[in-house]
Amino acid sequence: MSIETQQKALNLEQILWEETIPGGNHWSGLIRRGTSLRFTDLTGGANLSALFYNTEDKLERYNMPDTLKGQHTAFLTTGNVCYSDMGRVMCSIIGDSLGWHDTICGVTDAAQIEAKYGKANFQTHRNDMYRSGKDGLLIELAKYGLSKRDLVANVNFFSKVTPDESGNLSFVTGHSKAGSYVDVRFDMNVLLVLSTTPHPLDPATTYKPGAVKISAWHAGLATADDACRNACGQNSRAFINTERYYL
Amino acid sequence: MMQNLVESQLTPENAVLDQVCNSGDPWMAEIKKGQIFRILDLEGNQAVDTLFYSAANPEERYSAVDTIARQAKLYLTTGSVLYSSEGNAMLTIIADTCGRHDTLGGACAAESNTVRYALDKRPMHSCRDTFMHALNTCECATHRNMSKRDITANINFFMNVPVTADGVLSFADGISGAGKYVEMRAEMDVVVLISNCPQLNNPCNAYNPTPVRLLVWN
Ligand SMILES: [Zn+2]
Repeated sequence: MSIETQQKALNLEQILWEETIPGGNHWSGLIRRGTSLRFTDLTGGANLSALFYNTEDKLERYNMPDTLKGQHTAFLTTGNVCYSDMGRVMCSIIGDSLGWHDTICGVTDAAQIEAKYGKANFQTHRNDMYRSGKDGLLIELAKYGLSKRDLVANVNFFSKVTPDESGNLSFVTGHSKAGSYVDVRFDMNVLLVLSTTPHPLDPATTYKPGAVKISAWHAGLATADDACRNACGQNSRAFINTERYYL
Repeated sequence: MMQNLVESQLTPENAVLDQVCNSGDPWMAEIKKGQIFRILDLEGNQAVDTLFYSAANPEERYSAVDTIARQAKLYLTTGSVLYSSEGNAMLTIIADTCGRHDTLGGACAAESNTVRYALDKRPMHSCRDTFMHALNTCECATHRNMSKRDITANINFFMNVPVTADGVLSFADGISGAGKYVEMRAEMDVVVLISNCPQLNNPCNAYNPTPVRLLVWN
């Protein structure tokens, strides 16, 4: 599918704003409850690392283990929600053209980027310098008074990693094509922190991270018949916890 | 999995520390670089929720995602290196008579119990409450200003959390048994924080949390 085809699925008149994060860059913003973001992989092979914090209490944050064990899954796709460490739903995946997003592999640091791709610093490469996911996330966290202690396991949208029987992991190359998208509805007021740097297990030897477009619209709150709410009993209870928080 | 089973030559008589941590209790200690640390499952199928911190700077801490990605492996056993959030080796597993330990499942918490089991399960004992209690009371933590911010994805020693190739994650029956142990060498001075899991909702420990024994050798 081309990018145009997929964007027709979004009601263009309802789009509040759009922004493109270049490959290798980082971004953050406060996303209000009831807002949805479509993340689109513009070039194919993008990796979008994401962290979520409750804007009113930044000690409450995305919890990868609770998200996985609550939904008996080792990856994220449509119908899955992202749990906070306080038993609430921070956001929900309400649309997905890919079917698999990694959340167990974290991000690269500067030493790993240099070991894998070589060195390209600002002095020689200006804004084409090689950046690491960890540095980008920490820069954005610092804008809200957060630091290394707040950096936890993140989601890696557009990346797929599968295990064999012994637990050896394989990165699936070519998983995300240009135009692939994932739609995330925010169920809490969330500080969203993003990085578009390569996935730690991407075997590519050239540094060529893909750009990701964000399109925002009002999706409203999860209704009684919401597919994410009703995906399992755990999700239903986590939504109850979220709704009680905002009463 | 059986090829990972490696027994230790160390004997408890020579240990410099030998303590029991009862189910539902926390345990904290400092382990110096080069020391050997053993966790022994006394009665079997117990989950030992464990976090490690650099003793010099607890902002550097065990990182489940670094440990998984840097070795491209999901489970922990003999030969596994436990990596820190700074990409440094914290400990290396050098003996293991169980064969597989989980680092995806995290710790039970009062709040996550309401999600996983039922809304009225909040008052029950939980590992994250135990972690928090330890950080506020154990001498190893109180002078380090540690808090909820420092609680991240932990190791569940002796827990079996298999993931299939198509990404289904389950909590399987334990593969541990009475007397099984895991032993690791500290590669830096570390603080270890344990919650000996009090989970009463999960069949994988037969609804019966049990004590563990902790030993350290020079
Ligand atoms: Zn527990």
